[in-house]
Amino acid sequence: MISAIFQYEFLQNAFLAGMIIGVIAPLLGVFIVVRRLSLIADALSHVTLAGIAASLLLSKNSALFVGVNPIYMGMAFSVAGSLFIEKLRTVYKHYQELAIPIILSGGIGLGVIFISLADGFNTDLFSYLFGSVSAVTRLDLWTILLISIGVIIVIILLYKELFLLSFDEEYAKATGIAVKSLHFVFIIMVALVIAASMRIVGILLVSSLMTLPVAASIRISRGFKQTIFLSMLFGEISVLGGLTLSYYLNLAPGGTIVMLAVLILIVTMVSKKLSSQFGGVRV
Amino acid sequence: MNINESVVQISSLSYRYDKENVLEDINLTIPRGAFLGLVGPNGSGKSTLLKLVLGLLQPQKGDIKLFGIEAENFKEKHKIGFVSQKANSFNTGFPATVFEVVASGLTKKLGMFRFLQKQEQIKVRKAVQSVGMEAFLERNIGDLSGGQQQRIFIARALVSDPALLILDEPTVGVDAKNVYSFYEMLENLNKEQGITLVLVTHDIGTITDKVSHVACLNKHLHFHGETSEFEKLNLAEMSDIYGHDVHVLNHDHHHHHNHTGGN
Repeated sequence: MISAIFQYEFLQNAFLAGMIIGVIAPLLGVFIVVRRLSLIADALSHVTLAGIAASLLLSKNSALFVGVNPIYMGMAFSVAGSLFIEKLRTVYKHYQELAIPIILSGGIGLGVIFISLADGFNTDLFSYLFGSVSAVTRLDLWTILLISIGVIIVIILLYKELFLLSFDEEYAKATGIAVKSLHFVFIIMVALVIAASMRIVGILLVSSLMTLPVAASIRISRGFKQTIFLSMLFGEISVLGGLTLSYYLNLAPGGTIVMLAVLILIVTMVSKKLSSQFGGVRV
Repeated sequence: MNINESVVQISSLSYRYDKENVLEDINLTIPRGAFLGLVGPNGSGKSTLLKLVLGLLQPQKGDIKLFGIEAENFKEKHKIGFVSQKANSFNTGFPATVFEVVASGLTKKLGMFRFLQKQEQIKVRKAVQSVGMEAFLERNIGDLSGGQQQRIFIARALVSDPALLILDEPTVGVDAKNVYSFYEMLENLNKEQGITLVLVTHDIGTITDKVSHVACLNKHLHFHGETSEFEKLNLAEMSDIYGHDVHVLNHDHHHHHNHTGGN
């Protein structure tokens, strides 16, 4: 496979994009999971689908949009969706989780309408649903890289604040942290990373890379930093292992990546159980 | 009392939610170095008063001065440490070590885009030491007992060197047998480090031998003075200022949980 990677540009694109996503998705995922927002990624990925369908429809009907990467429209929808979620969370103060199904079904509804207007599914759209190695272009790769560098810089610079916001929002407010703007910055990062990573894992599975590695590492890690590093490690193993397996066994890459992440989760659960049964106080 | 010596000075303060008056004409001065027990039944306005002092609510009538400065203009928020009822705002499964939690108390003081340096790390260790939890620095916060977690939250408040520490019902969820040593630790912070303490509680009995001042709140401030004066009051006067469910000088800790709950 190594020689194939050197030979085919699409394989290079897929592996490089996968390596970046394997790190960046779990990094944001840690903050998402501990803030109990796990479903937000699902909601936003469906909104992104609506954006991509809209872009494909426009490129069919207007010369202006031909050749424009649908991922940009997907990102615009995703960011707009994240702002709606924030708005809904303040409107329904006592039912904050309601924002997620509202945005999720709205996204699917809109997406289905655009798809039907564009005369149904074509292979292009199909690759967005389940991810496709061959669909990742050089341009996608650059987009993902730029977004990821931006996200990593923001997280490093605002690490203290993001930690406090996640751990104890009320205390953050009381000490005078700008909680609202911080949350705003955070959710926009989530929206961008989701839109950028769909090419590899697909819309239906993108949230899994934000939650499954975190779910595994939270079981066995000590401290927040260790949780972050373990999540990124598990994410990276899933992506690289999944892409390799899917290449040799001719499987869907998105599905293979997710199933590897599930496998890692199961292993951590079993090893935690074993270590607490046989002597160890904790792992 | 000298104004310069007061940490908190509340004058003619009133506050209402919608049509209901929660606080009426409160005058309360907390001198530097005091250990004040603020007592009152559920719904007496204790939490509202705290929010006003912390600047989370704005006074509608009257004013609050912190260290001699109007509360609205008071910028040195790190001078005031706050420990809330644990159950309110903390996810016990959160994967953070004691060190990380306590260090988060420096977030605002350090400012944005700044990282923890050696001297801050030393501060964190010292704060953890002063609540007697140095052996637990690298443990996950979720693995500690309720009382231990509450000590960690005090350390988080202490790490920014507050001159005033406010604790809102800190012993809710703390094992009855650990409540006493918890109060002893507070007494040490007050006496040895000179930190002014405000302890909000619905239970007068367990704290009268620890606090230097008592304030009884039930919409109005019914009593405010030194603990010795407070202890001279007879039971009838006490019920009068406190309301119906008075448990004065009741050291039987098993009664605690009858009165827990939000206010």
